[in-house]
Amino acid sequence: MKRIYVNEEWCLGCHLCEYNCAFANSGMSDMVSALKGKKIFPRIHVEGDDRITLAVSCRHCTDPICQKSCIAGAISKKDGVVKIDRTKCVGCLTCVLVCPYGALVPGENGTMQKCELCLENSCGEPACVRGCPNRAIVYEERGGAE
Amino acid sequence: MKSYVIIGNGTASAACVEGIRSVDREGGITVVSGENHHVYSRPLISYLLEGKTDTERMKYRGDSFYADNGCDLVYARAVALNPGKKRVTLDTGEELPYDEVCVATGSRPFVPPIEGLDTVDRKFGFMTLDDALALREALTKESRVLIVGAGLIGLKCAEGIRDLAGSITVCDLADRVLSSILDPECAGIVQKHLEANGLHFMLGDTAVRFECNVALMKSGKRVEFDVLVLAVGVRAETGLVKDAGGEVGRGIVTDGRMRSSLPSVFAAGDCAEGFDSSTGSNRVLAILPNAYMQGFTAGVNMAGGDRALTNAIPMNSIGFFGLHVMTAGAYGGEMTEERSESGLRRFFTGEDRLLGFILIGETGRAGIYTSLIREKTPLSSIDFELMKKSASNMIYSAQIRRNKFGGVV
Repeated sequence: MKRIYVNEEWCLGCHLCEYNCAFANSGMSDMVSALKGKKIFPRIHVEGDDRITLAVSCRHCTDPICQKSCIAGAISKKDGVVKIDRTKCVGCLTCVLVCPYGALVPGENGTMQKCELCLENSCGEPACVRGCPNRAIVYEERGGAE
Repeated sequence: MKSYVIIGNGTASAACVEGIRSVDREGGITVVSGENHHVYSRPLISYLLEGKTDTERMKYRGDSFYADNGCDLVYARAVALNPGKKRVTLDTGEELPYDEVCVATGSRPFVPPIEGLDTVDRKFGFMTLDDALALREALTKESRVLIVGAGLIGLKCAEGIRDLAGSITVCDLADRVLSSILDPECAGIVQKHLEANGLHFMLGDTAVRFECNVALMKSGKRVEFDVLVLAVGVRAETGLVKDAGGEVGRGIVTDGRMRSSLPSVFAAGDCAEGFDSSTGSNRVLAILPNAYMQGFTAGVNMAGGDRALTNAIPMNSIGFFGLHVMTAGAYGGEMTEERSESGLRRFFTGEDRLLGFILIGETGRAGIYTSLIREKTPLSSIDFELMKKSASNMIYSAQIRRNKFGGVV
Protein backbone atom coordinates (compact mmCIF):
# COMPACT_ATOMS: atom_id res chain seq x y z
CA MET A 1 0.00 0.00 0.00
CA LYS A 2 0.96 3.63 -0.31
CA ARG A 3 2.37 5.18 2.83
CA ILE A 4 3.97 8.44 3.86
CA TYR A 5 7.77 8.47 3.88
CA VAL A 6 10.07 11.28 4.85
CA ASN A 7 13.57 12.26 3.84
CA GLU A 8 15.19 14.37 6.53
CA GLU A 9 17.92 15.56 4.16
CA TRP A 10 15.32 17.43 2.14
CA CYS A 11 13.26 18.70 5.07
CA LEU A 12 13.50 22.48 5.44
CA GLY A 13 11.91 22.51 8.89
CA CYS A 14 9.27 24.94 7.63
CA HIS A 15 6.38 23.27 9.51
CA LEU A 16 4.03 23.77 6.53
CA CYS A 17 3.03 20.12 6.82
CA GLU A 18 1.67 20.77 10.30
CA TYR A 19 -0.50 23.66 9.07
CA ASN A 20 -1.70 21.77 6.02
CA CYS A 21 -2.56 18.79 8.22
CA ALA A 22 -4.47 20.89 10.74
CA PHE A 23 -6.37 22.62 7.94
CA ALA A 24 -7.21 19.41 6.06
CA ASN A 25 -8.67 17.95 9.25
CA SER A 26 -10.46 21.11 10.36
CA GLY A 27 -13.54 20.50 8.25
CA MET A 28 -13.43 24.14 7.18
CA SER A 29 -13.08 25.50 3.67
CA ASP A 30 -10.96 28.55 4.41
CA MET A 31 -7.44 28.14 5.77
CA VAL A 32 -7.30 31.54 7.42
CA SER A 33 -10.45 31.10 9.47
CA ALA A 34 -9.46 27.50 10.24
CA LEU A 35 -6.03 28.31 11.64
CA LYS A 36 -5.40 32.00 12.22
CA GLY A 37 -4.84 32.88 15.85
CA LYS A 38 -5.58 29.33 16.99
CA LYS A 39 -3.40 26.70 18.62
CA ILE A 40 -3.18 23.96 16.03
CA PHE A 41 -3.35 20.24 16.70
CA PRO A 42 -1.78 18.60 13.65
CA ARG A 43 -1.26 14.85 13.27
CA ILE A 44 2.24 15.31 11.89
CA HIS A 45 5.04 16.97 13.87
CA VAL A 46 8.39 18.32 12.83
CA GLU A 47 11.12 17.13 15.16
CA GLY A 48 14.74 18.10 15.30
CA ASP A 49 17.20 20.84 16.00
CA ASP A 50 18.79 23.60 13.93
CA ARG A 51 20.70 21.07 11.82
CA ILE A 52 18.32 18.20 11.17
CA THR A 53 14.55 18.22 10.92
CA LEU A 54 12.11 15.43 10.24
CA ALA A 55 8.32 15.28 9.96
CA VAL A 56 6.88 12.40 11.99
CA SER A 57 3.42 10.97 11.50
CA CYS A 58 1.81 7.52 11.82
CA ARG A 59 3.81 4.82 10.03
CA HIS A 60 0.72 2.66 9.49
CA CYS A 61 2.73 -0.30 10.80
CA THR A 62 2.13 -3.75 9.36
CA ASP A 63 1.70 -4.98 12.97
CA PRO A 64 0.47 -1.90 14.85
CA ILE A 65 1.13 -2.11 18.57
CA CYS A 66 -1.19 0.86 19.23
CA GLN A 67 -4.13 -1.13 17.91
CA LYS A 68 -3.25 -4.08 20.13
CA SER A 69 -2.75 -1.89 23.18
CA CYS A 70 -5.77 0.41 22.96
CA ILE A 71 -7.78 -0.19 26.12
CA ALA A 72 -10.96 1.08 24.48
CA GLY A 73 -10.76 -0.93 21.28
CA ALA A 74 -10.82 2.44 19.52
CA ILE A 75 -7.94 1.77 17.12
CA SER A 76 -8.47 -0.48 14.13
CA LYS A 77 -6.75 -1.29 10.88
CA LYS A 78 -8.60 -1.51 7.62
CA ASP A 79 -7.05 -1.91 4.18
CA GLY A 80 -3.68 -1.10 5.71
CA VAL A 81 -4.80 2.19 7.26
CA VAL A 82 -4.61 2.47 11.05
CA LYS A 83 -7.59 4.50 12.25
CA ILE A 84 -8.96 5.74 15.53
CA ASP A 85 -12.58 6.08 16.53
CA ARG A 86 -12.40 9.26 18.59
CA THR A 87 -15.84 8.70 20.08
CA LYS A 88 -14.54 5.55 21.79
CA CYS A 89 -11.20 7.02 22.94
CA VAL A 90 -11.10 8.02 26.62
CA GLY A 91 -7.69 9.71 26.44
CA CYS A 92 -5.75 7.18 28.53
CA LEU A 93 -2.67 7.67 26.31
CA THR A 94 -1.71 3.99 26.24
CA CYS A 95 -1.10 4.39 22.49
CA VAL A 96 1.37 7.19 23.27
CA LEU A 97 3.09 4.84 25.71
CA VAL A 98 3.59 2.17 23.05
CA CYS A 99 4.11 3.91 19.69
CA PRO A 100 7.82 3.35 18.97
CA TYR A 101 7.90 6.34 16.61
CA GLY A 102 6.42 8.90 18.96
CA ALA A 103 3.89 9.56 16.22
CA LEU A 104 0.79 9.97 18.36
CA VAL A 105 -0.17 13.23 20.03
CA PRO A 106 -3.51 14.02 21.67
CA GLY A 107 -5.97 16.36 20.02
CA GLU A 108 -7.65 19.46 21.35
CA ASN A 109 -10.07 17.71 23.72
CA GLY A 110 -7.57 15.25 25.18
CA THR A 111 -8.71 12.31 23.10
CA MET A 112 -6.35 10.90 20.54
CA GLN A 113 -6.26 11.70 16.88
CA LYS A 114 -3.91 10.32 14.27
CA CYS A 115 -2.88 10.49 10.66
CA GLU A 116 -5.39 8.59 8.52
CA LEU A 117 -3.71 9.66 5.28
CA CYS A 118 -6.41 12.31 4.56
CA LEU A 119 -8.37 9.59 2.76
CA GLU A 120 -11.65 10.62 4.33
CA ASN A 121 -11.30 14.37 4.66
CA SER A 122 -11.77 17.07 2.04
CA CYS A 123 -8.15 16.78 0.88
CA GLY A 124 -8.51 13.16 -0.25
CA GLU A 125 -4.75 12.62 -0.31
CA PRO A 126 -2.15 13.42 2.36
CA ALA A 127 -2.16 17.22 2.72
CA CYS A 128 1.31 17.20 4.27
CA VAL A 129 2.67 15.61 1.10
CA ARG A 130 0.76 17.84 -1.28
CA GLY A 131 1.98 20.97 0.45
CA CYS A 132 5.60 20.01 1.09
CA PRO A 133 7.70 22.55 -0.86
CA ASN A 134 10.76 20.34 -1.14
CA ARG A 135 9.31 16.86 -1.60
CA ALA A 136 10.72 15.82 1.77
CA ILE A 137 7.44 14.02 2.46
CA VAL A 138 6.19 11.61 -0.18
CA TYR A 139 3.23 9.25 -0.49
CA GLU A 140 4.15 6.12 -2.41
CA GLU A 141 4.56 2.35 -2.53
CA ARG A 142 7.80 1.11 -1.04
CA GLY A 143 9.07 -2.21 0.22
CA GLY A 144 8.21 -5.66 -0.99
CA ALA A 145 5.18 -7.83 -0.49
CA GLU A 146 3.12 -7.35 2.67
CA MET B 1 -11.95 -28.30 9.76
CA LYS B 2 -10.78 -27.47 13.25
CA SER B 3 -13.07 -26.46 16.05
CA TYR B 4 -11.94 -23.96 18.63
CA VAL B 5 -13.30 -23.08 22.04
CA ILE B 6 -12.33 -19.89 23.85
CA ILE B 7 -13.29 -19.74 27.53
CA GLY B 8 -13.79 -16.10 28.46
CA ASN B 9 -15.02 -13.05 26.60
CA GLY B 10 -12.63 -10.24 27.40
CA THR B 11 -9.71 -8.72 25.52
CA ALA B 12 -7.61 -11.88 25.36
CA SER B 13 -10.59 -13.77 23.99
CA ALA B 14 -11.33 -11.20 21.26
CA ALA B 15 -7.65 -11.16 20.39
CA CYS B 16 -7.63 -14.95 20.22
CA VAL B 17 -10.52 -14.84 17.75
CA GLU B 18 -8.56 -12.35 15.63
CA GLY B 19 -5.42 -14.46 15.92
CA ILE B 20 -7.23 -17.62 14.80
CA ARG B 21 -8.86 -15.79 11.89
CA SER B 22 -5.52 -14.39 10.72
CA VAL B 23 -4.62 -18.01 9.90
CA ASP B 24 -7.85 -20.01 9.59
CA ARG B 25 -11.01 -18.48 8.07
CA GLU B 26 -12.97 -21.73 8.19
CA GLY B 27 -12.79 -23.44 11.58
CA GLY B 28 -15.66 -23.04 14.01
CA ILE B 29 -15.11 -20.88 17.08
CA THR B 30 -17.21 -21.01 20.22
CA VAL B 31 -16.74 -18.22 22.76
CA VAL B 32 -17.94 -19.00 26.28
CA SER B 33 -18.86 -15.83 28.15
CA GLY B 34 -19.46 -15.89 31.89
CA GLU B 35 -20.69 -12.31 31.82
CA ASN B 36 -23.95 -11.53 30.02
CA HIS B 37 -22.40 -8.84 27.85
CA HIS B 38 -20.97 -8.30 24.41
CA VAL B 39 -17.17 -8.03 24.70
CA TYR B 40 -16.43 -4.72 26.43
CA SER B 41 -13.35 -2.77 27.44
CA ARG B 42 -12.93 -3.71 31.07
CA PRO B 43 -10.61 -0.81 32.02
CA LEU B 44 -13.30 1.61 30.87
CA ILE B 45 -15.67 0.90 33.76
CA SER B 46 -14.28 3.85 35.72
CA TYR B 47 -14.66 6.11 32.67
CA LEU B 48 -18.26 4.93 32.42
CA LEU B 49 -19.00 6.16 35.94
CA GLU B 50 -17.14 9.38 35.19
CA GLY B 51 -19.40 9.92 32.19
CA LYS B 52 -16.59 9.76 29.61
CA THR B 53 -18.08 6.77 27.83
CA ASP B 54 -21.27 4.72 27.79
CA THR B 55 -22.11 1.04 27.49
CA GLU B 56 -22.49 1.36 23.73
CA ARG B 57 -19.14 3.04 23.08
CA MET B 58 -17.28 0.83 25.54
CA LYS B 59 -17.92 -2.25 23.42
CA TYR B 60 -14.41 -3.49 22.68
CA ARG B 61 -15.44 -4.66 19.23
CA GLY B 62 -18.47 -3.76 17.11
CA ASP B 63 -21.88 -5.43 17.33
CA SER B 64 -21.14 -7.71 14.37
CA PHE B 65 -17.83 -8.95 15.80
CA TYR B 66 -18.93 -12.51 16.51
CA ALA B 67 -20.92 -12.85 13.30
CA ASP B 68 -18.15 -11.33 11.19
CA ASN B 69 -15.70 -13.83 12.64
CA GLY B 70 -17.99 -16.85 12.46
CA CYS B 71 -18.17 -17.28 16.24
CA ASP B 72 -20.88 -18.85 18.34
CA LEU B 73 -21.24 -16.90 21.56
CA VAL B 74 -22.50 -18.94 24.50
CA TYR B 75 -23.46 -17.21 27.75
CA ALA B 76 -22.46 -19.78 30.34
CA ARG B 77 -19.70 -20.65 32.75
CA ALA B 78 -17.18 -23.36 32.04
CA VAL B 79 -16.97 -25.67 35.03
CA ALA B 80 -14.55 -28.34 33.84
CA LEU B 81 -11.90 -28.95 31.25
CA ASN B 82 -11.13 -32.47 30.08
CA PRO B 83 -7.95 -32.42 27.99
CA GLY B 84 -8.08 -36.21 27.49
CA LYS B 85 -11.49 -36.16 25.85
CA LYS B 86 -10.96 -32.61 24.55
CA ARG B 87 -14.17 -31.30 26.02
CA VAL B 88 -15.25 -28.29 28.03
CA THR B 89 -18.19 -28.78 30.40
CA LEU B 90 -20.48 -25.81 30.97
CA ASP B 91 -22.63 -25.03 33.99
CA THR B 92 -25.64 -25.70 31.78
CA GLY B 93 -24.51 -29.32 31.55
CA GLU B 94 -23.60 -28.92 27.90
CA GLU B 95 -20.28 -30.32 26.71
CA LEU B 96 -18.29 -28.53 24.02
CA PRO B 97 -15.83 -30.64 22.03
CA TYR B 98 -12.71 -28.88 20.76
CA ASP B 99 -9.53 -29.45 18.82
CA GLU B 100 -7.82 -26.48 20.46
CA VAL B 101 -8.98 -24.51 23.49
CA CYS B 102 -7.86 -21.18 24.91
CA VAL B 103 -8.45 -20.41 28.56
CA ALA B 104 -8.94 -16.65 28.83
CA THR B 105 -10.79 -16.53 32.12
CA GLY B 106 -9.14 -13.40 33.51
CA SER B 107 -9.00 -12.80 37.21
CA ARG B 108 -11.34 -12.40 40.13
CA PRO B 109 -11.15 -9.98 43.02
CA PHE B 110 -9.35 -11.18 46.08
CA VAL B 111 -11.68 -10.67 49.03
CA PRO B 112 -9.72 -10.69 52.26
CA PRO B 113 -11.28 -12.57 55.16
CA ILE B 114 -12.09 -9.49 57.24
CA GLU B 115 -14.24 -10.09 60.29
CA GLY B 116 -17.74 -8.72 59.99
CA LEU B 117 -17.63 -8.20 56.22
CA ASP B 118 -20.96 -10.01 56.02
CA THR B 119 -22.55 -7.30 58.18
CA VAL B 120 -21.82 -4.64 55.52
CA ASP B 121 -24.90 -3.94 53.47
CA ARG B 122 -23.57 -2.07 50.49
CA LYS B 123 -20.24 -3.54 49.40
CA PHE B 124 -18.89 -3.80 45.89
CA GLY B 125 -15.98 -5.07 43.87
CA PHE B 126 -14.74 -3.06 40.89
CA MET B 127 -13.84 -5.56 38.19
CA THR B 128 -16.81 -5.89 35.88
CA LEU B 129 -19.39 -3.79 34.08
CA ASP B 130 -22.04 -5.18 36.42
CA ASP B 131 -19.94 -4.14 39.43
CA ALA B 132 -19.74 -0.61 38.06
CA LEU B 133 -23.44 -0.38 37.28
CA ALA B 134 -24.37 -1.70 40.72
CA LEU B 135 -22.00 0.74 42.41
CA ARG B 136 -23.45 3.66 40.46
CA GLU B 137 -26.91 2.60 41.53
CA ALA B 138 -25.90 2.59 45.20
CA LEU B 139 -24.28 6.03 45.25
CA THR B 140 -25.86 9.34 46.15
CA LYS B 141 -24.28 12.77 46.42
CA GLU B 142 -24.20 12.23 50.17
CA SER B 143 -22.55 8.79 50.15
CA ARG B 144 -19.48 8.38 52.27
CA VAL B 145 -17.40 5.85 50.37
CA LEU B 146 -14.60 3.74 51.79
CA ILE B 147 -12.34 2.10 49.23
CA VAL B 148 -10.04 -0.62 50.52
CA GLY B 149 -7.03 -0.68 48.20
CA ALA B 150 -5.01 2.23 46.76
CA GLY B 151 -3.84 0.36 43.67
CA LEU B 152 -4.82 0.92 40.05
CA ILE B 153 -8.33 -0.47 40.51
CA GLY B 154 -9.13 1.34 43.74
CA LEU B 155 -7.86 4.69 42.54
CA LYS B 156 -9.51 4.54 39.11
CA CYS B 157 -12.71 3.68 40.94
CA ALA B 158 -12.22 6.71 43.20
CA GLU B 159 -11.70 8.99 40.22
CA GLY B 160 -14.72 7.54 38.46
CA ILE B 161 -17.12 8.08 41.35
CA ARG B 162 -15.81 11.32 42.82
CA ASP B 163 -18.61 13.43 41.40
CA LEU B 164 -21.24 10.82 42.24
CA ALA B 165 -20.35 10.56 45.93
CA GLY B 166 -20.15 12.81 48.96
CA SER B 167 -16.73 11.83 50.26
CA ILE B 168 -14.17 9.20 49.37
CA THR B 169 -11.62 7.67 51.71
CA VAL B 170 -9.06 5.24 50.38
CA CYS B 171 -7.11 2.99 52.72
CA ASP B 172 -4.30 0.58 51.98
CA LEU B 173 -1.99 -1.50 54.09
CA ALA B 174 0.87 -0.30 51.86
CA ASP B 175 2.44 2.97 52.94
CA ARG B 176 1.82 4.59 49.55
CA VAL B 177 -0.55 4.74 46.60
CA LEU B 178 0.06 2.61 43.48
CA SER B 179 2.72 0.66 45.32
CA SER B 180 3.00 -1.91 42.53
CA ILE B 181 4.16 0.67 39.96
CA LEU B 182 5.51 3.72 41.82
CA ASP B 183 8.41 4.29 44.17
CA PRO B 184 7.69 6.23 47.40
CA GLU B 185 8.57 9.68 46.11
CA CYS B 186 6.60 9.36 42.88
CA ALA B 187 3.69 7.90 44.83
CA GLY B 188 3.81 10.96 47.07
CA ILE B 189 3.45 13.30 44.08
CA VAL B 190 0.45 11.38 42.78
CA GLN B 191 -1.13 11.19 46.24
CA LYS B 192 -0.85 14.95 46.66
CA HIS B 193 -2.61 15.45 43.35
CA LEU B 194 -5.35 13.03 44.32
CA GLU B 195 -5.83 14.79 47.66
CA ALA B 196 -6.04 18.14 45.88
CA ASN B 197 -8.89 16.57 43.93
CA GLY B 198 -10.83 15.63 47.00
CA LEU B 199 -9.72 12.12 47.96
CA HIS B 200 -8.78 11.25 51.54
CA PHE B 201 -6.16 8.63 52.32
CA MET B 202 -5.40 6.34 55.21
CA LEU B 203 -2.17 4.62 54.22
CA GLY B 204 -0.31 1.99 56.17
CA ASP B 205 -3.71 1.26 57.60
CA THR B 206 -6.59 -0.99 56.68
CA ALA B 207 -9.90 -2.28 57.92
CA VAL B 208 -9.55 -5.21 60.30
CA ARG B 209 -13.19 -5.48 61.32
CA PHE B 210 -16.53 -4.24 60.10
CA GLU B 211 -19.62 -3.54 62.16
CA CYS B 212 -22.32 -2.72 59.62
CA ASN B 213 -21.41 0.81 58.51
CA VAL B 214 -18.27 1.19 60.57
CA ALA B 215 -14.78 0.03 59.70
CA LEU B 216 -12.44 -0.55 62.59
CA MET B 217 -8.97 0.14 61.36
CA LYS B 218 -5.66 -1.46 62.24
CA SER B 219 -4.57 1.88 63.72
CA GLY B 220 -7.55 1.83 66.07
CA LYS B 221 -9.41 4.53 64.13
CA ARG B 222 -13.07 4.17 63.24
CA VAL B 223 -14.35 5.05 59.77
CA GLU B 224 -18.05 5.45 59.14
CA PHE B 225 -19.16 4.81 55.60
CA ASP B 226 -22.26 4.22 53.50
CA VAL B 227 -20.69 2.33 50.62
CA LEU B 228 -17.71 -0.01 50.70
CA VAL B 229 -15.55 -0.86 47.67
CA LEU B 230 -13.11 -3.75 47.95
CA ALA B 231 -10.15 -3.34 45.62
CA VAL B 232 -7.49 -5.19 47.54
CA GLY B 233 -6.14 -7.20 44.65
CA VAL B 234 -6.95 -9.89 42.15
CA ARG B 235 -6.23 -13.56 41.70
CA ALA B 236 -5.79 -15.25 38.34
CA GLU B 237 -8.70 -17.51 37.47
CA THR B 238 -6.72 -20.73 37.04
CA GLY B 239 -9.12 -23.34 38.40
CA LEU B 240 -10.07 -25.07 35.13
CA VAL B 241 -6.47 -25.81 34.20
CA LYS B 242 -5.40 -26.64 37.74
CA ASP B 243 -8.26 -29.11 38.21
CA ALA B 244 -7.38 -30.72 34.88
CA GLY B 245 -3.83 -31.35 36.13
CA GLY B 246 -2.13 -28.47 34.32
CA GLU B 247 0.78 -26.53 35.73
CA VAL B 248 -0.30 -23.44 37.62
CA GLY B 249 1.68 -20.88 39.59
CA ARG B 250 0.23 -17.46 40.26
CA GLY B 251 -1.30 -17.89 36.84
CA ILE B 252 -1.57 -20.66 34.28
CA VAL B 253 2.00 -21.46 33.25
CA THR B 254 2.59 -20.92 29.53
CA ASP B 255 5.43 -21.07 27.06
CA GLY B 256 6.26 -18.27 24.64
CA ARG B 257 3.53 -19.51 22.29
CA MET B 258 0.91 -19.40 25.07
CA ARG B 259 0.66 -23.18 25.35
CA SER B 260 -0.16 -24.45 28.81
CA SER B 261 1.35 -27.70 30.08
CA LEU B 262 -1.78 -29.55 28.84
CA PRO B 263 -1.98 -30.67 25.20
CA SER B 264 -4.04 -28.38 22.94
CA VAL B 265 -4.80 -26.09 25.88
CA PHE B 266 -3.63 -22.49 25.55
CA ALA B 267 -3.99 -19.68 28.05
CA ALA B 268 -3.92 -15.90 27.63
CA GLY B 269 -4.58 -12.70 29.50
CA ASP B 270 -4.85 -12.04 33.23
CA CYS B 271 -5.25 -15.77 34.03
CA ALA B 272 -1.89 -16.64 32.49
CA GLU B 273 1.74 -16.34 33.44
CA GLY B 274 3.86 -15.23 30.52
CA PHE B 275 7.43 -14.20 29.90
CA ASP B 276 8.39 -10.72 31.14
CA SER B 277 11.40 -9.73 29.07
CA SER B 278 12.25 -6.85 31.41
CA THR B 279 13.01 -9.25 34.26
CA GLY B 280 13.65 -12.42 32.27
CA SER B 281 11.15 -14.40 34.29
CA ASN B 282 7.58 -15.62 34.01
CA ARG B 283 4.84 -13.68 35.75
CA VAL B 284 1.26 -12.57 35.41
CA LEU B 285 1.34 -9.33 33.42
CA ALA B 286 -2.21 -8.25 34.05
CA ILE B 287 -2.42 -5.35 31.63
CA LEU B 288 -4.65 -4.96 28.62
CA PRO B 289 -1.98 -4.71 25.89
CA ASN B 290 -0.48 -7.92 27.15
CA ALA B 291 -3.88 -9.64 27.18
CA TYR B 292 -4.30 -8.72 23.54
CA MET B 293 -0.82 -9.83 22.50
CA GLN B 294 -1.10 -13.10 24.39
CA GLY B 295 -4.56 -13.80 23.04
CA PHE B 296 -3.54 -13.07 19.48
CA THR B 297 -0.40 -15.20 19.85
CA ALA B 298 -2.45 -18.08 21.26
CA GLY B 299 -4.93 -17.81 18.40
CA VAL B 300 -2.28 -17.92 15.69
CA ASN B 301 -0.67 -21.00 17.23
CA MET B 302 -4.02 -22.73 17.85
CA ALA B 303 -4.77 -22.38 14.15
CA GLY B 304 -1.48 -23.94 13.12
CA GLY B 305 0.54 -20.77 12.61
CA ASP B 306 3.73 -20.03 14.45
CA ARG B 307 4.07 -16.93 16.56
CA ALA B 308 6.02 -16.29 19.74
CA LEU B 309 5.64 -13.46 22.23
CA THR B 310 9.12 -12.59 23.41
CA ASN B 311 9.17 -8.91 24.28
CA ALA B 312 6.29 -8.39 26.68
CA ILE B 313 7.02 -5.99 29.54
CA PRO B 314 4.93 -4.45 32.30
CA MET B 315 3.73 -1.00 31.30
CA ASN B 316 0.96 1.32 32.38
CA SER B 317 -0.46 4.59 31.19
CA ILE B 318 -2.82 5.89 33.79
CA GLY B 319 -4.31 9.31 34.39
CA PHE B 320 -6.05 10.79 37.42
CA PHE B 321 -7.90 14.09 37.26
CA GLY B 322 -5.73 15.28 34.36
CA LEU B 323 -2.36 14.10 35.68
CA HIS B 324 -0.88 11.40 33.46
CA VAL B 325 1.50 8.79 34.78
CA MET B 326 3.36 6.29 32.65
CA THR B 327 5.56 3.46 33.84
CA ALA B 328 7.32 0.60 32.09
CA GLY B 329 9.86 -2.13 32.65
CA ALA B 330 11.79 -2.81 35.83
CA TYR B 331 13.22 -0.34 38.33
CA GLY B 332 16.67 -1.83 38.88
CA GLY B 333 20.11 -0.50 38.01
CA GLU B 334 21.01 3.14 38.19
CA MET B 335 18.39 5.89 38.45
CA THR B 336 18.60 9.14 36.53
CA GLU B 337 16.09 11.85 37.18
CA GLU B 338 14.91 14.84 35.18
CA ARG B 339 12.59 17.40 36.76
CA SER B 340 10.81 20.33 35.21
CA GLU B 341 7.89 22.63 35.90
CA SER B 342 5.48 20.20 34.35
CA GLY B 343 6.71 16.94 35.74
CA LEU B 344 9.23 14.35 36.73
CA ARG B 345 10.85 11.56 34.74
CA ARG B 346 12.94 8.76 36.15
CA PHE B 347 15.01 6.40 34.04
CA PHE B 348 16.47 3.14 35.27
CA THR B 349 19.52 1.92 33.37
CA GLY B 350 21.97 -0.93 33.58
CA GLU B 351 24.25 -2.96 31.32
CA ASP B 352 23.94 -0.39 28.53
CA ARG B 353 20.16 -0.75 28.44
CA LEU B 354 17.12 1.25 29.51
CA LEU B 355 15.47 -1.07 32.03
CA GLY B 356 12.47 0.98 33.08
CA PHE B 357 10.99 4.43 33.59
CA ILE B 358 8.47 6.43 35.57
CA LEU B 359 7.03 9.55 33.94
CA ILE B 360 4.73 11.90 35.83
CA GLY B 361 3.16 14.82 34.01
CA GLU B 362 5.56 14.70 31.08
CA THR B 363 4.52 11.79 28.97
CA GLY B 364 4.80 12.97 25.37
CA ARG B 365 6.15 10.40 22.89
CA ALA B 366 6.89 7.99 25.73
CA GLY B 367 6.63 5.10 23.27
CA ILE B 368 10.13 5.93 22.10
CA TYR B 369 11.35 5.07 25.61
CA THR B 370 9.16 1.98 25.82
CA SER B 371 10.56 0.68 22.58
CA LEU B 372 14.13 1.07 23.88
CA ILE B 373 13.17 -1.30 26.70
CA ARG B 374 11.28 -3.74 24.51
CA GLU B 375 13.97 -3.85 21.83
CA LYS B 376 16.82 -3.88 24.38
CA THR B 377 18.50 -1.11 22.38
CA PRO B 378 22.11 -0.53 23.53
CA LEU B 379 22.24 2.96 25.05
CA SER B 380 25.69 3.42 23.54
CA SER B 381 24.01 3.33 20.11
CA ILE B 382 21.77 6.34 20.86
CA ASP B 383 22.19 9.86 22.21
CA PHE B 384 21.37 9.09 25.84
CA GLU B 385 21.86 12.68 27.05
CA LEU B 386 19.28 13.87 24.52
CA MET B 387 17.00 10.99 25.45
CA LYS B 388 16.89 12.18 29.04
CA LYS B 389 15.90 15.67 27.95
CA SER B 390 13.05 14.59 25.70
CA ALA B 391 11.63 11.64 23.87
CA SER B 392 12.55 12.21 20.24
CA ASN B 393 13.69 10.36 17.17
CA MET B 394 16.79 12.57 17.18
CA ILE B 395 18.30 10.14 19.71
CA TYR B 396 18.91 7.74 16.82
CA SER B 397 21.57 7.89 14.13
CA ALA B 398 20.57 9.24 10.71
CA GLN B 399 20.81 5.69 9.32
CA ILE B 400 18.37 4.29 11.87
CA ARG B 401 15.99 7.18 11.27
CA ARG B 402 16.19 6.44 7.53
CA ASN B 403 15.14 2.86 8.18
CA LYS B 404 12.32 3.89 10.48
CA PHE B 405 10.85 6.65 8.35
CA GLY B 406 11.88 5.63 4.85
CA GLY B 407 10.73 2.02 4.85
CA VAL B 408 7.77 -0.21 5.61
CA VAL B 409 7.67 -0.94 9.34
